[in-house]
Amino acid sequence: MSVFRLSLREITHRKLSFMLGLLSIMIAVGVLVGAVTMLNGHDLRTEQVIAQKEAETREEMARMEDDYRRIMKDMGYNVLILHENQDIDELEQLGYPTHYMPEDYAQRLADEKISTLNHLLPLLQERVNWPERGSEVLLTGVRGQVPIFHGMKHERPPIMDPVDPGEIKLGYDLARSMEVGEDDTVTMRGTELLVREVYNRRGTQDDLTAWVSLAQAQEWMGRPEQINGILALECICDPGDLGAIQQTVRAILPDTQTYEFASLIQARGLARQRAAEAHETAIEQEMLYRASLREERRAFASILVPVAAIGAAAWVMFLMMGNVRERRSEIGILRAIGVRAGMIQRAFLLKAVLMGLLGGIIGLMAGVFIGAWLSEIAPGIQGFGALVEARVMVAALAGAPVLAALASWLPASLAARQDPAIVLQEE
Amino acid sequence: MVRVDDVSKTYRTGVESVTALDSVTLQIETGGFVAVQGPSGCGKTTLLLTVGGLLKPDNGSVTIDGESLYEMPIERRTKFRAGSIGFVFQQFHLVPYLNVRDNVLAPTMALPLDDARERAEELLEEFNLLDRLKHTPAELSTGERQRVALARAMLHEPRVILADEPTGNLDERNAEIVLGALAEFAGAGGTVMLVTHDNAAAAWAERILRIDRGRLVEGGETAARHNAKAAG
Ligand SMILES: Nc1ncnc2c1ncn2[C@@H]1O[C@H](COP(=O)(O)OP(=O)(O)OP(=O)(O)O)[C@@H](O)[C@H]1O
Ligand SMILES: [Mg+2]
Repeated sequence: MSVFRLSLREITHRKLSFMLGLLSIMIAVGVLVGAVTMLNGHDLRTEQVIAQKEAETREEMARMEDDYRRIMKDMGYNVLILHENQDIDELEQLGYPTHYMPEDYAQRLADEKISTLNHLLPLLQERVNWPERGSEVLLTGVRGQVPIFHGMKHERPPIMDPVDPGEIKLGYDLARSMEVGEDDTVTMRGTELLVREVYNRRGTQDDLTAWVSLAQAQEWMGRPEQINGILALECICDPGDLGAIQQTVRAILPDTQTYEFASLIQARGLARQRAAEAHETAIEQEMLYRASLREERRAFASILVPVAAIGAAAWVMFLMMGNVRERRSEIGILRAIGVRAGMIQRAFLLKAVLMGLLGGIIGLMAGVFIGAWLSEIAPGIQGFGALVEARVMVAALAGAPVLAALASWLPASLAARQDPAIVLQEE
Repeated sequence: MVRVDDVSKTYRTGVESVTALDSVTLQIETGGFVAVQGPSGCGKTTLLLTVGGLLKPDNGSVTIDGESLYEMPIERRTKFRAGSIGFVFQQFHLVPYLNVRDNVLAPTMALPLDDARERAEELLEEFNLLDRLKHTPAELSTGERQRVALARAMLHEPRVILADEPTGNLDERNAEIVLGALAEFAGAGGTVMLVTHDNAAAAWAERILRIDRGRLVEGGETAARHNAKAAG
């Protein structure tokens, strides 16, 4: 017969009281582990939520960036140099300028070698009748850039490419409606033209535009040596400061004005910036909210944990006191037959330790799951292991028996100190 | 040989004090079977606990086979009890959650014993309890319980068995079984001190000691006689 066996038998005999003790320890450990798990889970969940929001923001920003880049590619930091009398509203309404300048303006501008103006493209653009088709078309006469630019053909807007005399280039929709492809010939105003190129769809008015050589356009429009715009592409300038370019250009060509596409770009850029800011504040607010939620939870746990621990200790002590009273007679006879006081004390402490150990294990498991549930972390996902550090597990598994043993210390020593002579004299 | 020399014991509770033993001197020779009788409250249980090494007298000494119980350190006295003294009480004092066999084996917690299980089963066979090994005390009759207590007292083959009203709760037949076992134990060389108020039980003893208000009034030796004997 050993103390261990004695304690086991006693525990199985008085299950209820043991279970009640176990339960209180379970709750205390569960609360502790649950609180730690919940707070860790909270942090983990916060990371997840913030990461997700950041990813969303990144995605949206990337989309806007892409959008922006597309606009930039189409329009660049581009300016259109027009005659000073050109009404901008009219230009925007018609889609082409209605005032004309001498063709050599482009060359004059190029000769000045203005570092902020890159590619200079003189153009003559007008909506004209296409008698063979019985409809109007936006006809653009181009001659390539001044000075000549060498680059990747398809990376550039069609306006950058020169068109040879006797040839035509067509926008996507225009070509489709005419059912013509590259190397077909079309007739315009009695002239046979070789379709040199059909551009891919761009989603702009380019799709309904036909490009011919500048000389051809001048001839058809009856505007020899004239143009109605010089497109300056990819200007190296601050889109917010178009005034500077205007000044530069007017110093050379006084009767011109500079139309910028930048207002649109700027608006897009601004929208993008605003969106980024909105996302940032949303994330900040989410973080603030989660921080305050965490603080609330932490404060609650910091009260609940000690209350549960003290409650469990008091309850275990109370139960153990009852147990000592219950076992008076048994203790008396065991002491009489020579069992040492220390052994009696050990029997009670052993019972407490078993109670703590078992309660600790069950409480630990319960706490992890409840804490995970509270912090909305699904059990089993990666990172679940990070919810409860080994430190906390050890603390719970070692702390619970220690707590139970400490709570049982007084009852156990009272039991050990019982005088068998007095007990045995009792009826 | 059990020797009680001029033992006095006074219980003090608050203002009142009760003299339970008053200069008691007696001897029980090895293999002797004595009964202790006297009115309720005269000090019988006190005497038994004192002889059993559980209650230190205010003065005087208790010696068993030359070893003075209250002169040895408490640890040794505890061990001495485990190996040399068996107790039987009116209320049995069995451990309620241990089965019959484990109750009989309980003394091995204090003092290990080779072949303890065999010895326990031998004793239980002797007391006709072999078929109740796995039963708990609650499942036994009172007579069976007292037999378990007896087997427990005898596990370590003690020198002395101290029995306090062991038949107090038993019917005649069971009382006879218990008394017979005690007589047999004495016959085999053990020493028995039986506290009883039942004359029929006392009749099993070889000698009857009578106590009245803490004083040994019959069957023992008064301190004076003892001293005279020792001197003469
Ligand atoms: N622990 C104690 N504290 C105070 N008084 C006690 C204590 N134990 C016994 N007494 C008193 O000492 C006296 C002797 O008690 P004891 O139990 O030895 O008597 P007893 O002869 O065994 O009586 P009974 O036949 O009723 O069992 C009684 O008056 C009792 O009240
Ligand atoms: Mg008594």
